[in-house]
Amino acid sequence: MTKHPAQPPAAPGQFEPRIVAFFCNWCTYTAADLAGVSRLKYAPNVRVIRVMCSGRVDPQFVLEAFAKGADGVLLGGCHPGDCHYAEGNYKTLRRMRMLERMLKAMGVEDGRFRLEWISGAEGDKVRAVVNEMTARVRALGPLDLPGRFQEWDKEMEELEKRVGTADAPEVAHAR
Amino acid sequence: MADNNGNQKDGLPRIGFYICHCGTNIAGVIDVAAVAKYVAGLPGVVVSRDYKYMCSDPGQEMIAADIREHKLERLVVAACSPNLHEETFRKAAAKGGLNSFYFQMVNIREHASWVHEDKAAATQKAKDLARAAVYRVRFHQSLEKKQVPVDPNVLVVGGGIAGIHAALTLANAGKKVTLVERESTIGGHMAAFDKTFPTLDCAACILTPKMSAVKSHPNITLWTYSEVEKVEGYVGNYKVTVRRKPRYVKEDLCVGCMECIDACVFKEPKFPAKFDQGLGKRKPVYIDFPQATPKVVMIDPETCIQFKTGKCKKSCAAACDRDAIDFAQKPEIKELQVGAIVLATGFQTFDSKKAPQYGYGKYPGVYTALEIERLVNASGPTSGEVTLRDGRHPKSVGIIHCVGSRDEKTNKWCSRVCCMYSLKLAHLIKEHSGAEVYNFYIDMRAPGKAYEEFYDKLLSEGVHFIRGRVAEVTDWAMTPEEEGKLVLRVEDTLAGFVRRVPVDMVVLSTGLEPKADAQEVRRRFNIGCGNEGFFQERHPKLAPVNTFTDGVFIAGACQAPKDIPDTVAQAGAAAAEALALIDAGHVELEPNTSHVVEEECSGCKSCVALCPYTAITFNESKKKAEINEVLCKGCGVCAAACPSGSIKQNLFEDDEIFSEIEGVLGK
Repeated sequence: MTKHPAQPPAAPGQFEPRIVAFFCNWCTYTAADLAGVSRLKYAPNVRVIRVMCSGRVDPQFVLEAFAKGADGVLLGGCHPGDCHYAEGNYKTLRRMRMLERMLKAMGVEDGRFRLEWISGAEGDKVRAVVNEMTARVRALGPLDLPGRFQEWDKEMEELEKRVGTADAPEVAHAR
Repeated sequence: MADNNGNQKDGLPRIGFYICHCGTNIAGVIDVAAVAKYVAGLPGVVVSRDYKYMCSDPGQEMIAADIREHKLERLVVAACSPNLHEETFRKAAAKGGLNSFYFQMVNIREHASWVHEDKAAATQKAKDLARAAVYRVRFHQSLEKKQVPVDPNVLVVGGGIAGIHAALTLANAGKKVTLVERESTIGGHMAAFDKTFPTLDCAACILTPKMSAVKSHPNITLWTYSEVEKVEGYVGNYKVTVRRKPRYVKEDLCVGCMECIDACVFKEPKFPAKFDQGLGKRKPVYIDFPQATPKVVMIDPETCIQFKTGKCKKSCAAACDRDAIDFAQKPEIKELQVGAIVLATGFQTFDSKKAPQYGYGKYPGVYTALEIERLVNASGPTSGEVTLRDGRHPKSVGIIHCVGSRDEKTNKWCSRVCCMYSLKLAHLIKEHSGAEVYNFYIDMRAPGKAYEEFYDKLLSEGVHFIRGRVAEVTDWAMTPEEEGKLVLRVEDTLAGFVRRVPVDMVVLSTGLEPKADAQEVRRRFNIGCGNEGFFQERHPKLAPVNTFTDGVFIAGACQAPKDIPDTVAQAGAAAAEALALIDAGHVELEPNTSHVVEEECSGCKSCVALCPYTAITFNESKKKAEINEVLCKGCGVCAAACPSGSIKQNLFEDDEIFSEIEGVLGK
């Protein structure tokens, strides 16, 4: 068997991204199990949440993960045509294309959200995708939406204060 | 929320957490004691323990005892994949008196200790995943598995030795079996073989009694020249649509007397016979081989004059005193209800033209192994005489192993049977023709009962063995002895030099591949394929005939290359699995179905069209969506799409997933 190199060793003190993954039970979760059984080595940055079908993944799950501090979100489903539930992954594809556009508009960089089709036989693809994505998100740096939310809240508060003291009710109204 | 919450001061259900060492499989990488200590401090956790083997009886007993003693209301186990032991711990929960679904499993073996080398990072990951489960399990609901009855009938697809054996086993156990075969006769590849290794039993002699047994069995319905078009339903309750292709002969009237074949306007057989690998000829009206089952002739519309011009005098129809010939026959669509399906769709051999260095199709002296099976067969096109295409008798024959096997350029896998069948063919060729036979092999693989002994026998018979992969077959002669011969160029890796071996006949030992339409077939039956295209078993060691679709089993070379004894053993195993399913009388289905919270449904109908199983209907009088839980298979697509959040999927409710997200990202 070909020996795969483990993920490149993280330099001390370097940023370690936190990635949340949603894997469908039948293909990608099974592939991750296979990667384990095959003792492939990959980056420890991904936390997998199991769903029965990638079609169960509400775009809100992805947004929630970013909002709660994820630096990346990975979604794994069966290859097109292979969905255990016939067509759930097509619905995923449509939803996630839309979500990608939304994320872009929100300033979340390309590469922080990734949709991958990984069949139950593709343990090695789990390894490759996780390693690639970890490297990419590491290069992008922290997303830190919770931190940004706090900053934005502070800005809003200050704005409110300023509006209150400026005694300009029509401006406050417009807000 | 469940009604037994709030027993603790913080209002959370009482949670027990258990982390498994799995010997050193987990504990060798993850600091399990540290994880247990960490989880003990999480809100709601009243017990947190680590143990060497959680799945063992004492491990399960410990959990059950803790549930009773500490009045646990939720259970979290961090161990291996839920695909392996979720059911074990659900049972442990039930043993302690807890509803099985108040349990969540955390996968820290396949998803952590086995894939990470950094112990600190793996331990942190285990903590994060455990925390997510602890957060999630609070929202779990008490659920019951639903039971559905199982239809006792079985469908077997493929009438090779695997399908034949599975069908007979099931039928002998009293089950009604429908055996569907694509070709006009059952028997598969084995029917075309001459002898079988290592015993040199005549293949037809051991196979045809089983074929007749299928035909005459009162519990078996045999549909040859038929294909499965559609499969609907779920475990225990499949609805299968089968297309019976027209053979232009009424199967119930034909007795196989073959008068029609004699009477055909073609006086001589003219068209290549597929069963004889194109080496023999047949007429437009034909039967594959004398023992074909069912023994019913068929007409090939591609070559029959009546089909091509409409102006034949139809002497075949006139010769049939039973009026069995029907030029207007149409395909028939049949529907079946079955509880279980055994797929035994077999393999195809590697296409030798994809290895052009061996000259198949270019030099008439190059044959495939299957062609040789027919040539050495007493009922084959030459009545067992080994002759070349030009009628000469070969004085020397070279057999090239691993054609389309163990090859980076074509198929990487070892096809497992080629070494043995090459030895068998070497023996038969030598026996039938007295020719000198050379085997060119990479490694001799003879692992099986009496296989190595068969190899020894061949060595003592004077068959030559040269270790090396043949580089090419050429007709370019370098010496007068090579004139008119096919020359095999090969590096003899034992002697350490390059040889040129001139022979009259070359045999290519082609490897086994997935059938060309394996991908379409497996999609039809909703199962998976491995990377190489063979059907994927549920577990490579512990569930070799099961698939990820309950009620669909696989047997024979459609799963991976294997020889006849292994195929028969696997077919028996698949039949036994099907029997176990049927004889239970019912199956328990995961309660992961979706349901509509009526008060919250806005009646937008977004969900109705999304369901691939038409489980969702719109109640016009209430203006609400309704989900039929019997039809629902629990994918959760509707729950994700519902704009008002009124569709809930059991085991995967929004609250459960949101808390899991919060949990994995917590501190």
